[in-house]
Amino acid sequence: MSEFTPIPAREPPASSVGVVGWLRTHLFSSWFNGALTVLILWSLLLIVPPSLQWLLGDASWSGGRSDDCKTDFVSPEDGETYRVDAPGACWTFTKVRFMQIMFGLYFAANPSEVWRPVLMFSLFGGLITPLLIPKFRWKWQLGMFTLLVFPFIAVALVHGEWLGLPVAETNEWGGFMLTFFLAAGGIVLALPIGVVMALGRRSELPIIRSLCVFYIELWRAAPLITILFMASNLLPLFFPSGVDFDKVVRALIAITMFQSAYTAEAIRGGLQAIPKGQDEAASALGMGYWRKTGFITLPQAMKISIPGIVNTFIELFKDTTLVGIIGLHDFLGSAQIAARSPEWKGYDFEAYVYVALIFFMCCFAMSKYSQHLERKLDTGHKER
Amino acid sequence: MSEAEKYYEKGILPRATGEIPVPSDAPEICVKMTGVNKWYGQFHVLRDINLEVCTGERIVICGPSGSGKSTMIRCLNRLEEHQEGTTIVNGTVLDDDIKHIDEIRREVGMVFQHFNLFPHLTVLQNLTLAPIWVRKTAKREAEETAMHYLSRVKIPEQADKYPGQLSGGQQQRVAIARALCMKPKIMLFDEPTSALDPEMIKEVLDVMIELAQEGMTMLCVTHEMGFARTVANRVIFMDAGQIVEQNEPEEFFNNPQNERTKLFLSQILSH
Repeated sequence: MSEFTPIPAREPPASSVGVVGWLRTHLFSSWFNGALTVLILWSLLLIVPPSLQWLLGDASWSGGRSDDCKTDFVSPEDGETYRVDAPGACWTFTKVRFMQIMFGLYFAANPSEVWRPVLMFSLFGGLITPLLIPKFRWKWQLGMFTLLVFPFIAVALVHGEWLGLPVAETNEWGGFMLTFFLAAGGIVLALPIGVVMALGRRSELPIIRSLCVFYIELWRAAPLITILFMASNLLPLFFPSGVDFDKVVRALIAITMFQSAYTAEAIRGGLQAIPKGQDEAASALGMGYWRKTGFITLPQAMKISIPGIVNTFIELFKDTTLVGIIGLHDFLGSAQIAARSPEWKGYDFEAYVYVALIFFMCCFAMSKYSQHLERKLDTGHKER
Repeated sequence: MSEAEKYYEKGILPRATGEIPVPSDAPEICVKMTGVNKWYGQFHVLRDINLEVCTGERIVICGPSGSGKSTMIRCLNRLEEHQEGTTIVNGTVLDDDIKHIDEIRREVGMVFQHFNLFPHLTVLQNLTLAPIWVRKTAKREAEETAMHYLSRVKIPEQADKYPGQLSGGQQQRVAIARALCMKPKIMLFDEPTSALDPEMIKEVLDVMIELAQEGMTMLCVTHEMGFARTVANRVIFMDAGQIVEQNEPEEFFNNPQNERTKLFLSQILSH
C-alpha cells in the first residue's frame, strides 16, 4: 500500500508578490487602470502641494489682529504700498476667536469661566481614553459611569447653577460645545429608545407593534429641519402661556426622537439577520422572551448593527448644524458669526476649513472606533 | 448504504447491541400524543398522531422529507404548536399555559440539524447560560457540570473557544452537551448528522450511542439506518403527516408491512 505524501508547498511566483506584484495587481492591472492611476497621481500633484502651501506654508499664525494676516503690496501703477491679504490661510483669526468657536458667546465673553467647558471636555477625554485600551479592567463600570453619571457632571459644570457657579444660560451656549451636547445627548438618549422600538416593531402583540411602527415611520417621514422647526416654533403654541421650556432641551428632544427612529431601523436590520434557529435553541433550553432577547438575539443583533448605528451617529453629528435654523449657534454657526464680525470680515473660508477639519477628525474617529469594535466583537462564526 | 452503515460494516463504529438496557417491564409513559393534528395554513402537516413513549425508550423516526417527522418532535417542546389533540410530556399537559411550556422545556433537551450554538458566546458560556439563568444553578456548579459533559463528548479542551472555531462534528457535540447540561429527562434529535461532513458523522453518533447506553429516553429523527438498527428499540416510519408503521428495528427492516415503507426502505438502502 502506498503512503500519501503531499507535494511540498512552494513560494508563489515573484511577479505576484512584493512591490512589483502589488503595483501590478493594484495600480496597473490593465492599460485603462494604468491610465487612471497616472491621471489621479497627476491631479494629486496639481492639488495637494498648493493646498498644503495655503494651509501651512504661507499661513499666518502669529499676532492677534487681522492686520497680522496682511502683507505689504507695492502697486506697480502708482508705486504706493497697500496692505493686502497674505497668500496663505489666516489662522490668527481662528486663534483669536477660538473660545467663541469652541465654547460659544458666554465663555468668550467671560474668559474667567472658560475652565468649565475645558474641564468638561478633559473629563470626557479622560473617561473615553481608557475605553480604547483593550486590556483595561474596569471598562464596563467606566462605560456605565460615562453614560449615566458624566452627562449630569457635564451639564452641572457648563451650566453652573447646581454648583453655585455663575450661570451660563443655555441660550448662550454655543460653538463646538453645543454641537457636542446635542450630538452626544442625542446619541445616548436615542440608543435605548431605538432598541425598545426595534424590539417593539418585531413584537407579536399587534398593539405594541403598531405603536412602534407608527413612531418610527412618523419620525422617519419628516426631515430633521421640519422637526426642529416645529419643536422650536410650534410646540410652544400648545403650552399654556408662561410655560416655556428650554430651547436647547427642545432641540435635543427633537433630535432624539428623529435619531431613535433611525437607530431602531438599524437595529431591526440586525435583529432580522439573526437566524431563527438561535431563538429556537434558546426556547428549547427553557429561556423566556426577555432572556432570549437579552442574552441571545439582542447582543448578536447589536454587533451586526454597529456599522449601521455608527453611520446614523455620524449623520446626526453633522446634522446638528441644522439647529442654526432655530437660532442656536452651534459649531458651524459660531464660526460663521466669528467670520462676520467687523474685525475679521472676509475670513469665511478659514472658518469653514477649520470647522470641516474638526468635523472630519471627530467623524473619522467614530468610524475607526466602530471598525475596531466590529473586529473585536467578531467571534469568527461562519454564519449559520 | 448510509455513511454510518459503512462504518459498522468496516468495524470502525462498534455495534452497540446488547449493551443497551432494555426498558423495564412496567414501563413509565413519558410522552403521550393523542389524536394530534396540525396545519400550516391550509396544509395538514400532522394527521391524527397517536404516540406513546416509555421512559428509557430510544425511538428513531424516519420518512421522506416533508413527512412531518421534524414537526412532530418539535411539537413535543412547543417549537411548533398543534391545533388538535393532547400532548402530555412528563405528566405535564402541553397547552397554551406558559408555565407548562417552561416546565416541559426544562425537562426536554433538543439537538438541531444546524447545531444552533450561540456564536457570540464561548463553548463554556453556551453550556452554562441556561443552567444559570433558567435552572438557577450557581455559576461554579454550572461550570463544573459543563466541563463534565464536555469531557463526556470528548472536547473539554475547547471550552474557551467560540463555536465558529470548531468543526461541524465538534459543534454538534457541544450542542448535545449543552442540552445535557440542563439534565433533561428526554432528548430530541432533529436530524443531528444531516449537516455534517461524512468524516464527522461517526463522532456524533458515538456520543449518541453512549447516551443511549446510559438509558436516556431519545426521540431521534435521522436517516442513519445503521444507528436505527443498533440503538433504537422502535423505528417509526412517517409519510404525509401520519405514522405509517412502527416496529422493532429487526422486524421493521426485515419485514416491513406497509407498501410505502417497503418503497422507502428500498430507496434508502439500495445504493
